[in-house]
Amino acid sequence: MSEQSVKDIEKINTLNTEQIVKYRNVTKSFGDFHVLKGINLDIYSGEKVAIIGPSGSGKTTIIRMLMTLEEPTSGDIIVDGKNLWKMKRNGTSIPANEKHISELRGNIGMVFQHFNLFPHMTILENCMVAPIHVKKEDKKEVQERSIQMLERVGLGNKLNFYPSQLSGGQKQRVAMARALVMRPKIMLFDEVTSALDPELVGEVLEVIRDIAHNDDMAMILVTHEMDFALDVADKVLFLDQGVIIEQGTASEVLEHSKNERVQAFLRRFRKI
Amino acid sequence: MGYVLKKSIDIFNVKLSKRENSHSGLYGQRKYKLLKSLLQSISRYNQVTIVYSSTSRKGMVNISTAIEMIPQLTRGLAVTISVLIASAFIAYIVAFIAGLSKISKSILLRKFTGVYVEVFRGTSLIVQLFWLYYAIPMLFNIQLGSNWWIGVIAIGLNYGSYMSEVVRGSILAVDKGQIEASIALNMTRYQRMRLVILPQAIRMMIPDFGNYTIQIMKATSLVSLIGMRDILYYGDIMRSSNLSQAPLIYVVVLLMYFILALPFVWLTRKGESIAKKGVASQ
Ligand SMILES: Nc1ncnc2c1ncn2[C@@H]1O[C@H](COP(=O)(O)OP(=O)(O)OP(=O)(O)O)[C@@H](O)[C@H]1O
Ligand SMILES: [Mg+2]
Repeated sequence: MSEQSVKDIEKINTLNTEQIVKYRNVTKSFGDFHVLKGINLDIYSGEKVAIIGPSGSGKTTIIRMLMTLEEPTSGDIIVDGKNLWKMKRNGTSIPANEKHISELRGNIGMVFQHFNLFPHMTILENCMVAPIHVKKEDKKEVQERSIQMLERVGLGNKLNFYPSQLSGGQKQRVAMARALVMRPKIMLFDEVTSALDPELVGEVLEVIRDIAHNDDMAMILVTHEMDFALDVADKVLFLDQGVIIEQGTASEVLEHSKNERVQAFLRRFRKI
Repeated sequence: MGYVLKKSIDIFNVKLSKRENSHSGLYGQRKYKLLKSLLQSISRYNQVTIVYSSTSRKGMVNISTAIEMIPQLTRGLAVTISVLIASAFIAYIVAFIAGLSKISKSILLRKFTGVYVEVFRGTSLIVQLFWLYYAIPMLFNIQLGSNWWIGVIAIGLNYGSYMSEVVRGSILAVDKGQIEASIALNMTRYQRMRLVILPQAIRMMIPDFGNYTIQIMKATSLVSLIGMRDILYYGDIMRSSNLSQAPLIYVVVLLMYFILALPFVWLTRKGESIAKKGVASQ
């Protein structure tokens, strides 16, 4: 075998054969209300996945369960080869304890619709607090990295500002920097532009695009920006009433879908 | 009379004017007006102002008497202030312990704290004070320590129960998104509380804590009932030796409490403006 082809195989191995996240028959109910009905989903290292679908279809719930903000009613979520919500003890499977969850949660970062920055900290402190306290990293090193990250999202000149002094778009960029300095393997974005004034959407999408093209972490983006999804996503899922009714490449789902419900959704979207 | 008018009159500086008894007329009236306007500005104590003015016919010159009372009463200042500081301190600590217990995972802890809060909020502070002072030593044959400690504990526990609700409410009022963000950053429960929730909750508590501290300050006067020599105690002593001066004595006592409250009023205002920054609002 030539050296080149060995390298290619290695590349394929690291890029495509390793599933960083697996959903297996995952369901979620709030009381009698079945929000998710058997989700099966594979996400590979470095893959960029967009989730689209009508309001209330369960998009947010899918990623909140991965962030451990919501516990699945049944099924398994596997992160980096380990079951997120269950652990083994004496050969039997029991609900995961906080230590187990926290170990796996360290792989995951999330950016929220409403930013959720810490209002009592400057934006630099917002970025530094978790690496220092959670990962126990060196303060100086964290500070340098945080400044770099804030510069990357275009806020290097506002390090000592408080969130209340920033625009929505700036806040959302800080929120991304804060998640990025934790160096997650998977980043979750829940409609991160939908709380923004239209003229601020562009600057935030630009940062995500930059991350998507230059960083090798996996990303799951819940979004209503179809053109943006077409641009950055390797894979698009269409969710309707708690079921993934179509998945494929961005172009397959967004441009050439044969599914009537997907077409109807996209048509409605184009009209708006 | 000219020299009288020329003098700038400082009501706290009466010792300068030995002459005033012989020239009671205008001079005394002017001072009386000053005192009256001071009292009127303290609208809460209006009732007492009226009481005082009924005695003013013969008591017009008594402003100097009022000033002379101050050194007497300040002998009680140390007790009032020490009881205030200690009982406020205990109240704050109890408020945080009980407030956090009420939102803890442990049902037992929640129930236990609930009983404490309801008992201490639902009964009167005087009765609690007497319980600690008279009843408990008799029933259980234990000494709780000096009168000072009994007063401080009673006031601290009583206000701690009210203030625990402020602590609990403020913690629960922190935006849920803040907790989710701190979970997403993989903080432990303890880190979430210490780094994210409490700093914001405490900002929300400041106005209520300020108001309760002023109330604690006023409640310290109850310790005179268990023999502590605070401001009110000396006021009572002075009244018993000079019954006709009672209205004036209590006006001065009120004024002293009012002046004691001023720093807290100011601090609370200042705290409120600090608190407005740094709390998530969505
Ligand atoms: N904590 C909860 N309790 C009860 N019902 C909930 C809860 N969270 C979500 N739901 C319901 O679950 C359904 C799916 O919610 P979810 O937020 O996942 O939808 P979504 O696809 O993200 O919608 P949108 O596009 O409006 O954000 C909704 O009908 C919602 O009302
Ligand atoms: Mg949603």
